[in-house]
Amino acid sequence: MIRVQNLVKKFADFTAVNDVSFDVPKGEIFAFLGPNGAGKTTTIKMLTTLLAPTSGSLELNGLDPTREANAVRQQFGIVFQDPSLDGDLTAAENLEIHGVLYHVPRKVRRERAEMLLKLFELWDRKDTQVKKFSGGMKRRLEIARGFLHTPKILFLDEPTLGLDPQSRNQLWTHVKLLNETELVTVFLTTHYMEEADRVAQRIAVIDHGKIVAIGTSQELRDRTNTQTLEDAFLALTGITIRDETANAGADQMRQFAQMWRR
Amino acid sequence: MQAIFILWLRELKKYTRSRAQIVASLAQPLLYLLVLGFGLGPMFQKAGYGSYLQFVAPGVIGMTVLFTSVFSGIALLFDRQFGFLKETLVAPVPRIRIMIGRTLGGATVATLQGTLIFVVCIIAGFRPTHLALIPLGFLFMLLIAIVFAAFGTALGSGLQDMQGFQLIMNFLVLPIFFLSGALYRLDNLPKVLSFFTRVDPLSYGVDGLRGALIGVSQFGVATNLVVLACIAVVLLIFGAWRFSKIEI
Repeated sequence: MIRVQNLVKKFADFTAVNDVSFDVPKGEIFAFLGPNGAGKTTTIKMLTTLLAPTSGSLELNGLDPTREANAVRQQFGIVFQDPSLDGDLTAAENLEIHGVLYHVPRKVRRERAEMLLKLFELWDRKDTQVKKFSGGMKRRLEIARGFLHTPKILFLDEPTLGLDPQSRNQLWTHVKLLNETELVTVFLTTHYMEEADRVAQRIAVIDHGKIVAIGTSQELRDRTNTQTLEDAFLALTGITIRDETANAGADQMRQFAQMWRR
Repeated sequence: MQAIFILWLRELKKYTRSRAQIVASLAQPLLYLLVLGFGLGPMFQKAGYGSYLQFVAPGVIGMTVLFTSVFSGIALLFDRQFGFLKETLVAPVPRIRIMIGRTLGGATVATLQGTLIFVVCIIAGFRPTHLALIPLGFLFMLLIAIVFAAFGTALGSGLQDMQGFQLIMNFLVLPIFFLSGALYRLDNLPKVLSFFTRVDPLSYGVDGLRGALIGVSQFGVATNLVVLACIAVVLLIFGAWRFSKIEI
């Protein structure tokens, strides 16, 4: 379903993804683990047509994201790591735009929106502007939006960041359900090892833009002689803490935007 | 079509929800209208050109449409920073439709804002000479709005930060305004200045507005319409191309 061969992405003086290859068969839940700045999100951006690779080949359901971008976008759904909601619009309006953009018929999108908003306990706030939501509520709305349509491939980029255990549980239950009933292929990244252990059939560990290990949780533990996935992860990637470039401009921009009527 | 409509609607919703800013955005045009209108009025009158308020009102309307529409295009930068742009860019909708929806939405908002200023001008004492030509005035507002919303989208597609935004405002949008003849007559200008006023698309917009609202036009209404329509098509194509190249 997903095929990546010798993928490389270079930014000016920095190689974010360095010769990465892997395959994800249809119907698999595949986890991509790695420290901050390892190249997880960059890989997802290339798979989802947001970035062009420097070299290497990509395939989603037999289609090439660099040459058949529109056809590829029909194949997948994505929950982003960072916010992607419109704060001036209400929760219901954000879902409505998503439903229209993904060609979900009006009746279905209204029903599903109601079901998902109730599932993630946002129904009574559906007509509130998203900018008035708390961080956790925004996150839940992003997840609910990701489930509004049923794609062939679902990308989840650190979906549980900032979620309470209840919502996390709802999320993974729903992901498993989609995977089992509709054979949705799932590609996820997370920092929570126990989540990857629980849902993913196979795991790839990426560090400094390279895949250092790939296999089932059992295989990774056997290979590193460790008891838990967390220990296996640390054994594979070392214990140094990584820096990630932060988006420092956003706050300043928010103030400026307000000044200028938006 | 549905995608274009929903993104158009989004721009309108965002506009109507920012009432405080709508009021604030009236300040600058009012300043030009009242301070220049009454300040330069006697001088203009002495030169034998009639009422300066009558002359400058279409210019101020054009200015409002210019600023609002360029800004709507550049607002892409905010969508990029706040993340909503990604949501539209991964959607299974050709990017040209996303761009058209946004741009038409921005153009509609700019036309509404221009209409608001038109009403303010009438309150301040401006009197259109031919009521039957007012719809033509709206057509010119819409054309100016489309030209500069597409222009803003083309610029906004490449913008990464606020510094770029300031540069565009100071080195592109302000000159476009000052060279357009919004504030002064375009005849009897020095050669160099005259050249620049003629390559400025807004000159044709403001001249068209004057033709429609006060019956005075230098280039002729038909020329204005043709020039603006052609520039609109070119900029829409250019803007769509730039938008399709966005990477995040």
